[in-house]
Amino acid sequence: MTATPPTAIAPSGELLSVGSRHTLERSDFPRFLAALGTAGYRVVGPIVRDGAIVYGEIHQESDLPIGWTDRQEAGTYRLERRNDDALFGYAVGPQSWKKYLFPSRERLWTAHRTDGSFRVDAEPTDGPAFVFLGVRACELAAIAIQDRVFRSGGDPGYAARRARTLRVAVQCGVAGGTCFCASMGTGPAVGGDHDLALTELLGEGRHRFLVEVGSPAGASVLHSVPLRPASAPDLGAAGAVVARTSASMGRSMDLHQIRDLLVETPEHPRWASVAERCLSCANCTMACPTCFCHSTEEVPDLTGEHVERWRRWDSCFHSAFTELHGSPVRKSTPSRYRQWMTHKLATWYDQFDRSGCVGCGRCITWCPVGIDLTEEVAAIRAMPGVRTAAGGTGG
Amino acid sequence: MGANGEPPGPPGIDRPPGIVPVPFEVRSRTGETADTVTLDLAPRERRGPLSFRPGQFNMLYVYGVGEAAISISGDPAAPDRYLHTVRAAGKVSLALSEAAPGGVVGVRGPYGTGWPVRESAGRDVVLVAGGLGLPPLRPALYEILRERSKYGRVELIYGAKTPKDLVYYAEIQGWRQRSDLRFQTTVDTAGRDWYGDVGLVTARLPDVRIEPANTVAFLCGPEIMMKLTAKALVARGVPADAIWLSMERNMKCAVGLCGHCQFGPSFVCRHGPVFRYREIAPFLAVREV
Repeated sequence: MTATPPTAIAPSGELLSVGSRHTLERSDFPRFLAALGTAGYRVVGPIVRDGAIVYGEIHQESDLPIGWTDRQEAGTYRLERRNDDALFGYAVGPQSWKKYLFPSRERLWTAHRTDGSFRVDAEPTDGPAFVFLGVRACELAAIAIQDRVFRSGGDPGYAARRARTLRVAVQCGVAGGTCFCASMGTGPAVGGDHDLALTELLGEGRHRFLVEVGSPAGASVLHSVPLRPASAPDLGAAGAVVARTSASMGRSMDLHQIRDLLVETPEHPRWASVAERCLSCANCTMACPTCFCHSTEEVPDLTGEHVERWRRWDSCFHSAFTELHGSPVRKSTPSRYRQWMTHKLATWYDQFDRSGCVGCGRCITWCPVGIDLTEEVAAIRAMPGVRTAAGGTGG
Repeated sequence: MGANGEPPGPPGIDRPPGIVPVPFEVRSRTGETADTVTLDLAPRERRGPLSFRPGQFNMLYVYGVGEAAISISGDPAAPDRYLHTVRAAGKVSLALSEAAPGGVVGVRGPYGTGWPVRESAGRDVVLVAGGLGLPPLRPALYEILRERSKYGRVELIYGAKTPKDLVYYAEIQGWRQRSDLRFQTTVDTAGRDWYGDVGLVTARLPDVRIEPANTVAFLCGPEIMMKLTAKALVARGVPADAIWLSMERNMKCAVGLCGHCQFGPSFVCRHGPVFRYREIAPFLAVREV
């Protein structure tokens, strides 16, 4: 990315400073998309594919899920028609932005045989600069979490991809049936950490967007976009959108002392009960925007002259994940579900100083048997009498 | 540091090296048992001097096969003998154990925490090794013996399945001769040609002559062995703060990123492999953590 000026001027002559707010007419949205392309970005965002809203390349506005919404419940996801032409009138789909920042398969290095030895070349970290169009508040939080994880491990590929990315957030106009970001403190309002934030306004017969500038990089792509200063009614309407979404959250999670609650109850009967339903299929970990576990593979070519080291997403629900001397440490499904949920909601605090959950609800929606972690936590909380010494003092 | 001093803390965690293996030449391969060898590795291209702390491990790489976590088993004061004792257990360790002198293996590391050896000066030291738990403890023993006068009594208990599974056999004979080190060896099963002890390492514990409140213990071996040994030591009066264990888990990245080695809130590769017993005891008590 080239250096960006601290401020930029829109065609209207308006000052595009960080924190400034403007109105973009729906009819000018194609010019906004074009401006992102002109700035050298590849725009990726929501598209309809295979009956779901997933993330893919956006070439023109008709690629967006215009007029679609999603109906979500535990184990259920259905696309439905809205009674308007909203561009971003859905909650979140099965995919998250980690597919771009932490690809499901990635080459780490290549080795070549040399006389009697070998040479290893680390994978170059160059690649396209993406605009993530339509990042939800919970997804900004998830990206911030993965930033912390991959920074702690010193991952140059992730850092390079992340530095090239421009995040265009969109405030949620609807809450999904499995959403609980409000109780996790990660949404629904975008709370900074974005380059641009859009609020889609559909009322009063006028389709328009409120555009908030979050960074100099965000401001710099708006040069050629026709914007007006945001009016007081538009600002009010935008605030109402977020407030309405917040009030219609499908679920909630009680975070009170949740770290100790889970770490101290490894023998709770609920783990066996959830495991009777859990298929150990790993769907929740694939759909989760913060799950980072992966494995590595050695891939030699047929001649043996070249070898590649790949990493791919892995899951704590797989038996091979903990294999040690020929058998897994976590043999049983209760132990795997306990590991996943305890890590996500409890020991993540020990490791990264915050929860690993952002309340997006994907693990609930995409669980084939509809296991709901908010319900599981509530069940453990309702009967916490089986606490063990874990988390207390040993000896 | 004395009986009333704070228990020693772990050596600091350094920033981990990168994930790309560096070619090292196999300088020698010494057979230890039927399935275990010790490799001495030397860098193909001299970079900085080698250094490691006792208890740390490297990721060893066999071209076209893969990587395995192997502890460094040489003397930290003579790191140019870069020793790694490997048992042929899986695909990678089998290939490593077959690496011929002159061959090349990849190395990245060293990783992890180490035994708090210097921090334990002034105390009695009990080392308990089970099976291939002796190689990760040997660097600590070297460090203690080099400055032997700084420590109180030093006791080493080494258990193996059979006499044929004892590693460092020749060196053990030397340790047995020393008057400043009490060395007990025990095996699970033996023939009539074995004159030593038969039984678990915990059966040898009541015999160690230590002042429990001023003792530090380093344990390395199968988890159940370490758990029972730690409990026995605590029962004897050794503080749970002064007992250290080296944990083993599936490892892929060694930099706390792949998630495989998680044990409760810890990444064994970064926060371990050497842990204070008091900190992990609650998790050791739970099955399948």
